[in-house]
Amino acid sequence: MKLIASVRKQLGPSFTLDVALSLEPGITMLFGASGSGKTTLLRALAGLLTPDAGSITIGERVVFSVVPPINIPAEHRGVGYVFQQLALFPHMTVADNIGYGLGDVDPAVRRQQVLAIAESFQIGHLLSRRPRDVSGGERQRAALARSLVLNPTLLLLDEPLSALDHSTQSRIIDDLRRWNAAHDIPIVYVTHAHREVFALGARVLVMDQGRIVADGSPADVMDAPAREPIANIAGFENLFSAIIVARRPDAGTMLCRLAQMGTELEVPLAHMNTDSSVRLAIRAGDILLATEEPRGLSARNVLRGTLVAIRREGPTVVVDVDARDRFVVHLTPSAADVLGLVAGKSVWLVIKTYSCRVVSA
Amino acid sequence: MDWAALTVSLELAAIVAGVLLVLGTPLAYWLAFSDWRWKFLVDAAVALPLVLPPTVLGFYVLLAIGSRSPIGRAWTTLTGHSLAFTFEALVAASILYSLPFAVQPIATAFSQVDRTLLEASATLGASRWRTFSRVVLPLSVEGVIAGGVLSFAHTLGEFGVVLMVGGNLPGITRTVSISIYDDVQGMRFEAANETALVLLIFSFAVLAAVYALLRKPRSLATIA
Repeated sequence: MKLIASVRKQLGPSFTLDVALSLEPGITMLFGASGSGKTTLLRALAGLLTPDAGSITIGERVVFSVVPPINIPAEHRGVGYVFQQLALFPHMTVADNIGYGLGDVDPAVRRQQVLAIAESFQIGHLLSRRPRDVSGGERQRAALARSLVLNPTLLLLDEPLSALDHSTQSRIIDDLRRWNAAHDIPIVYVTHAHREVFALGARVLVMDQGRIVADGSPADVMDAPAREPIANIAGFENLFSAIIVARRPDAGTMLCRLAQMGTELEVPLAHMNTDSSVRLAIRAGDILLATEEPRGLSARNVLRGTLVAIRREGPTVVVDVDARDRFVVHLTPSAADVLGLVAGKSVWLVIKTYSCRVVSA
Repeated sequence: MDWAALTVSLELAAIVAGVLLVLGTPLAYWLAFSDWRWKFLVDAAVALPLVLPPTVLGFYVLLAIGSRSPIGRAWTTLTGHSLAFTFEALVAASILYSLPFAVQPIATAFSQVDRTLLEASATLGASRWRTFSRVVLPLSVEGVIAGGVLSFAHTLGEFGVVLMVGGNLPGITRTVSISIYDDVQGMRFEAANETALVLLIFSFAVLAAVYALLRKPRSLATIA
């Protein structure tokens, strides 16, 4: 079983989910800050939210596409979803919760299936209790069992274990891994905890502002010594490949040359050697834009360029500037009005040294 | 003590509460879960009987069931007699009059059910009907009971609509409240006092029983 999905969904004026992913069986971590779009993506995969565009294929089965129009509703999608709040039915016993999705099967068969999955998640002795009468870890196991008893083709876990202590967490994950050894489905595990990513993930996708910004092993995309985690520069509009051309330890800076067009930028000193390849990240909102050549500035990086394009995105004016390399600058509408910005105008970009973030490539 | 009037009142209230539970529950479900942008208009229409004088409602019901209206004519063709000043007319008018008392508590209870539970139910393969009958309804039992009892009690206590639509036919449309009014008009204060006291005690007992039940939501959920 394999999941292949591309999903685009506009939510409000300033947030767009726009991701494409392909997942093999096994646990894939989906990591990102709250508001980065993780839950929105899960809801789209589960059929609880209809994407504006894209397609979702689980195994051989297309469950969503725009052309031809296919949108299999959640109840027929066969996707297991364990909610952050678990959403166990409070008025039912653990057994009735687990057996809920089995519907109208023969009661004896249902009992036997419920018992089997409950025992593989170590809650066989709690079946007659209500969810409020069992511990947090046991509730978690019940929620997992309730989804897995239906043999889903894809399992979505939305920060399911964040409230549990580490040893309970890892025992539950062991049980889940054992279950999946026999079933071999893709499992998407959402978290915003670094620790969980390292503990569980063979592969991690990092989300930021509705996009997947990194994809790899935890060691590759999360923090490592002398590096800034890629996740920390997620959402930076300006990302450049560059080479360190000079180190100035007494000034606390380094000079970098952008790989594409050779623009030089002064950036904060990092523990890297000259000629190292780095990634440079600069937020569009951290770049100052001037229509006359600025003088008497503390900022070290002043670049001359030409305004290429200007457009409005919600409350922000987005300006593309060609200063040999391409930069994206964000302005407020009033600032853009005062400057009288139009395409073709000569502008200067001012970038403070400490607005530049350096990550080893 | 006018036992015939009490019988009419109890029968009327029971039928109205029963019909309102059957009709009001789907309406409450729609009000609780629909995203229709003009839903507020339906909300307002359902709440109208709360603010309208019973005479206004009764007047329009009379017009609607009179021999000149299509409804009235259809009824006459079907049954051979006119609808006005019959028990059936009382039932129809009382259903309209008590509509918000049934629909509002039920809709409130439905909308307080955690939406995540409904989504969980869907991802577990349950149809909308199964989600409603197994999750929404059991978690809203208090609201449904409250809606049934309030519409029962409200119908039991109504006066103006009954007078406008039903008239005052002993054993058919003379309810307790009209009987009391009659007795007072006829200076039969002792009879009025007896009937009024029975109605007072009965109403209090019903409401007390409901509030006692609602105090223990767990036992109610178990009953369901």
